[in-house]
Amino acid sequence: MAETTTLPVRGTGGQPGSRKLARLMKNKWLYLMALPGMLYFIIFKYFPMWGLLISFQEYQPSLGMLGSKWVGFDHFHRFFFDASFGMLFRNTLLLALYNLVFFFPLPILLALLLNEIRREMFKRFIQTIVYVPHFVSWVVVVGISYIFFTTEGGIVNDILAAVGLPKIDFLMSEEWFRTMIIAQVVWKETGWGTIIFLAALAGVDQQLYEAARIDGAGRLRQLWHITLPAIRSVIVILLILRLGSFLDTGFEQIFLMLNSMNREVGEVFDTYVYNVGIQQGQFSYSTAVGLFKSVIGLVLVVGANKLAKKFGESGLF
Amino acid sequence: MIGRSIGSRIFDGFNYTFLGLMAFVTIVPFIYIVSVSFAEPEEVLRRGFILFPTSFSLEGYKYIFSTGTILQSLWITVGITIAGTLINLLFTALLAYPLSRQDFSGRNLFMMLVVFTMLFNGGILPTFLVVKALGLLNTYWALLIPNAISAFNLIVVVSFFRQLPEGLEEAAKIDGCNDFGLLFRIVLPLSAPVLATFALFYAVGHWNTFFNAILYINDADMWPIQVWLRQIVILSQGGIGDSTQFDHNYIAPPSQIIKMAVIVISTVPILLVYPFLQKHFAKGVLLGSVKG
Repeated sequence: MAETTTLPVRGTGGQPGSRKLARLMKNKWLYLMALPGMLYFIIFKYFPMWGLLISFQEYQPSLGMLGSKWVGFDHFHRFFFDASFGMLFRNTLLLALYNLVFFFPLPILLALLLNEIRREMFKRFIQTIVYVPHFVSWVVVVGISYIFFTTEGGIVNDILAAVGLPKIDFLMSEEWFRTMIIAQVVWKETGWGTIIFLAALAGVDQQLYEAARIDGAGRLRQLWHITLPAIRSVIVILLILRLGSFLDTGFEQIFLMLNSMNREVGEVFDTYVYNVGIQQGQFSYSTAVGLFKSVIGLVLVVGANKLAKKFGESGLF
Repeated sequence: MIGRSIGSRIFDGFNYTFLGLMAFVTIVPFIYIVSVSFAEPEEVLRRGFILFPTSFSLEGYKYIFSTGTILQSLWITVGITIAGTLINLLFTALLAYPLSRQDFSGRNLFMMLVVFTMLFNGGILPTFLVVKALGLLNTYWALLIPNAISAFNLIVVVSFFRQLPEGLEEAAKIDGCNDFGLLFRIVLPLSAPVLATFALFYAVGHWNTFFNAILYINDADMWPIQVWLRQIVILSQGGIGDSTQFDHNYIAPPSQIIKMAVIVISTVPILLVYPFLQKHFAKGVLLGSVKG
């Protein structure tokens, strides 16, 4: 605080200014500690936000941000009337929707089934195995898919051929792209997704089950009246989180699965920004596309948080 | 106790079978890949699907390591993983500690700045331009610094630091310890298990780093292993073996074996740390669900 010229009096300063300075001096080591981290956030998170301004420019690297021409909403206008706008929206929304319908319930289901296992050893054994794929990179997952599903010696097509069915080009066709993406997510993340539900279930008082049994409740009724209510709030929170990041379809996975044969159904906002921006060098235009997505994302997160509070949950922020 | 009904028994039967199947489907691709990578080329060509090979050979591995490319890339990845994890931990701990202190006057503002980055970001391109402007393109720094702190992990660590007993810090302060002393002598030793958890998470992230590498690193000599993995397995490109290293009758092993050997090599380190990961991760995830 440069405006304070009075002598710093330690502890109890008379004027508000010097008290402020005294507090700063008392915290000086803490400020020093926070410095690298805050610099990191400012440089790598806030500078890029400022850099979003180039989406309103005809940015040229040689001229820099200060020298480049301002063009207002030209890039947004161009994007909204471009054929790829509809395609990106459709692809992103469909993938997000399929993810919600076909992936989201699975960890809940798996956690419920695991919870019914009474033999601890067996339960832990299954858990140990199904968590593994989460730690494997997307390159490996997509690589394994290529090895299994290729038409040239892939095991799946070999089996199809063996039973007299025609070969299917899972990797280079539009029809199978989304199925493959969702299947990979299911294989990689279902097991891992159970952790949070199992943790919630571990907190359930076992006496509740005991009491229900004495009252004559079967296992299905126990599941319905005790187990499900125990994880309901976790489900709601996760559902809302999912809605908040609805447009975030995993970039690496889709990037790795994309090829010239499935681009029409596979290209999403993130991959499009990469291709047009980094590969083709249309910096301003692709930044505009990215900004459009980020703003929608922000609206969704804030909306989802409001929704959470409406449901009586504590919300995320 | 009431005796278990028939319906209950049938359900259990189905449940055990289903979960067993699920575990099988999860693990089978790994077994297949490891098996084929160690099988003799002749057997692979003859039998196709091999879960339990009857032969053993290191042909695929020999071929991969006949040039230095993969080995060098592995060393690069090891270096990035170690350096990157240390940077992550240091940056995270240094920032988390002040944010956890009730008497730190910048706390709320700083916290707000951090949380906002989780809701909104500049996106790929502006971040790329910042990295470029800093002259980090085509350097390993581009893989280390732009992801120095994960905001989510930071917040979890902050909430963990907050619940440490304050008495210890007070005592140390009276003994003349300054804030750095408090962090490094009192708080960090008390947080060893949590730090171990995050070290593992960060390390796995660095080992699996792919997108930042293709974004920021053009020079193939600097590629980490995941980028080579993509070249070889997904794009089926990239000369990594050198047949001239072997005698002139040498025939390179089928590409399948080579691909699987590369997958094994790039995944083994993850599977080696997995037992440690498994011991700690549930704790880490649960900490994450405790709101800060």
